[in-house]
Amino acid sequence: MDSFSTLVQQAQRSLVIARKNIRIYYSKGPVVIFGILFPVFLFLAFAVGRDFSIQFMLPGLLGMVLFFTSTAISPAVAPWETQARTLERLISSPLTASTIILGDILASFAFGFLISLIPLGAGLALSLQIHTPAALFGGLILAGFCFSSLGLMFSAAPATMPSTIMMLSSMIKFPVVFISGIFIPLKQLPGWGKIISYISPLTYFTDIARHCIQNEGYLSLGVDFLALFAFTGLFLILALKLHQKTMPERI
Amino acid sequence: MYPRKKKESPMADSPKKHGSLALQVSGLTKKYGNVTAVNAISFQVKKEEIFGFLGPNGAGKTTTVRILTGVIKADGGKAVVLGGSAGSLKAKQKAGVVPEMTNAYLDISGWDNLMLMAEIYGVPKRQAYKKAEELFKKIELYPQKGQKVRTYSKGMKQRLILAMSLISDPEILFLDEPTSGLDVKSARLIRGFIKELSSQGKTVFLTTHQMEEANQLCDRIAIIDQGNIVAIDPPEKLRAEIKEMHSVEVSFDRKVKTESLYQLPQVSTVERVGDKFRLYTSSPGEAIVSLVNYTSRENVGIISLNTLTPSLEDAFLALTER
Ligand SMILES: Nc1ncnc2c1ncn2[C@@H]1O[C@H](COP(=O)(O)OP(=O)(O)OP(=O)(O)O)[C@@H](O)[C@H]1O
Ligand SMILES: [Mg+2]
Repeated sequence: MDSFSTLVQQAQRSLVIARKNIRIYYSKGPVVIFGILFPVFLFLAFAVGRDFSIQFMLPGLLGMVLFFTSTAISPAVAPWETQARTLERLISSPLTASTIILGDILASFAFGFLISLIPLGAGLALSLQIHTPAALFGGLILAGFCFSSLGLMFSAAPATMPSTIMMLSSMIKFPVVFISGIFIPLKQLPGWGKIISYISPLTYFTDIARHCIQNEGYLSLGVDFLALFAFTGLFLILALKLHQKTMPERI
Repeated sequence: MYPRKKKESPMADSPKKHGSLALQVSGLTKKYGNVTAVNAISFQVKKEEIFGFLGPNGAGKTTTVRILTGVIKADGGKAVVLGGSAGSLKAKQKAGVVPEMTNAYLDISGWDNLMLMAEIYGVPKRQAYKKAEELFKKIELYPQKGQKVRTYSKGMKQRLILAMSLISDPEILFLDEPTSGLDVKSARLIRGFIKELSSQGKTVFLTTHQMEEANQLCDRIAIIDQGNIVAIDPPEKLRAEIKEMHSVEVSFDRKVKTESLYQLPQVSTVERVGDKFRLYTSSPGEAIVSLVNYTSRENVGIISLNTLTPSLEDAFLALTER
């Protein structure tokens, strides 16, 4: 079999893994409800009592929902499968480690993307106007992949306890929210604040969303997409490489 | 590319293809820290053979299976599975695996677990349906096929796991202690199934620490201990080994020298066990006759006399302790 058809076949099997994850790990009532409620409440905790317009709030809310849902479940999948003793069978079947990880990323992406449509739909229902919908759509997709890959990077630590991984990933996730221009827009940040915010991929998605919803971003859309693209590539490669190394150690 | 029932070979006019190898392993080594789990082992398994890998806890059985099924990488040596190197997609596609400690997905039904495996192996849907129906009947779980695996008993789960390894109709099966911890009925069902698979032309690599199981099922048995293969023999050969291990246990009413018992015909070894002597022999009957002759000649009384039949375990222990 030539390498191209192998590639196609492995891509198809990634989808099989993604469907399996959605079915087994994501499509549970509490997971879905928590996935949307948690970021919404967290956001409201900061926004309530302040004089923010919906145009200002929605980009931040969208960013937060996408970021938290895309990284909510995926870090725990590999530890879960280790603990439930289903991983060895997957590794021994005709899948490369990358196929399995890509499947995990795809499932996480689908979950994050679909849940983000809820606040977006709510915004549209409030007759918010979206400038350049294509950019918002593209941003959601790219950022969804980016955050999902980041989630998978977290799960590469060969810990068996899902709770350990969840704690580790939360320790990174929460600070990220504060440095991504969600509560304080980029342009109001002091110089050092801006520099810190540039290391967060969420900054660029929030900026894209501000462009499209508020009609005022800080960076240019091109820079935002380029940065998100670079982060996605970096996280994806790191996630794949790390898992290739640690997957056999889980068994 | 999906494995057919009969292996394709332009010259295969007989179903038994002598000389064609399913597994070629040479110098395979795996270390964990300073523990050598598998120490440069070499062996070959012919197609359609049931090859047993027998050894005590910690012998290196699971480590070997994991290398052969591509779960972990060896530190050295070579393993070829049906022409593909172990761990390659090509080798994995042709193999069915029952890992030692494994589970089906508990939150979906047995049927859906089988369908998931079929998708992972790229089995066309219609074919997968047919095969799954057949397998569920075979493992006697047909009425429970739609139930969540969470509701299955241990034996039911293990039978399902075997079925999951077979949905792709693999040419070679790796079974790591497939019957351990099961009741007699489930174990027998699984063993019967393994026999049947082999008669259908599948190669089976089976690990076990039960001598009896290896004996019943396998065409050849490799005995592994502390990462080394101690012997590779057909079961008959192992049985012959056991024959040497019958013994007669005797105690006398007065002191007897060990050396004088040594000289008795038919006695190969003498061992003192407390106030008794254990005489090892391949023919206990004759050994007793010569023992009685000796006692009447020497005017010694026999207090107790027992014949001991060695268990397969004894033979196994003798082999692995060497
Ligand atoms: N992941 C691991 N890390 C460290 N040591 C290991 C690991 N896996 C196996 N070992 C060691 O390698 C040796 C062989 O283990 P292995 O699991 O292959 O034995 P086994 O023959 O399958 O035993 P059992 O009958 O108990 O299943 C043991 O000494 C074990 O402690
Ligand atoms: Mg084992």
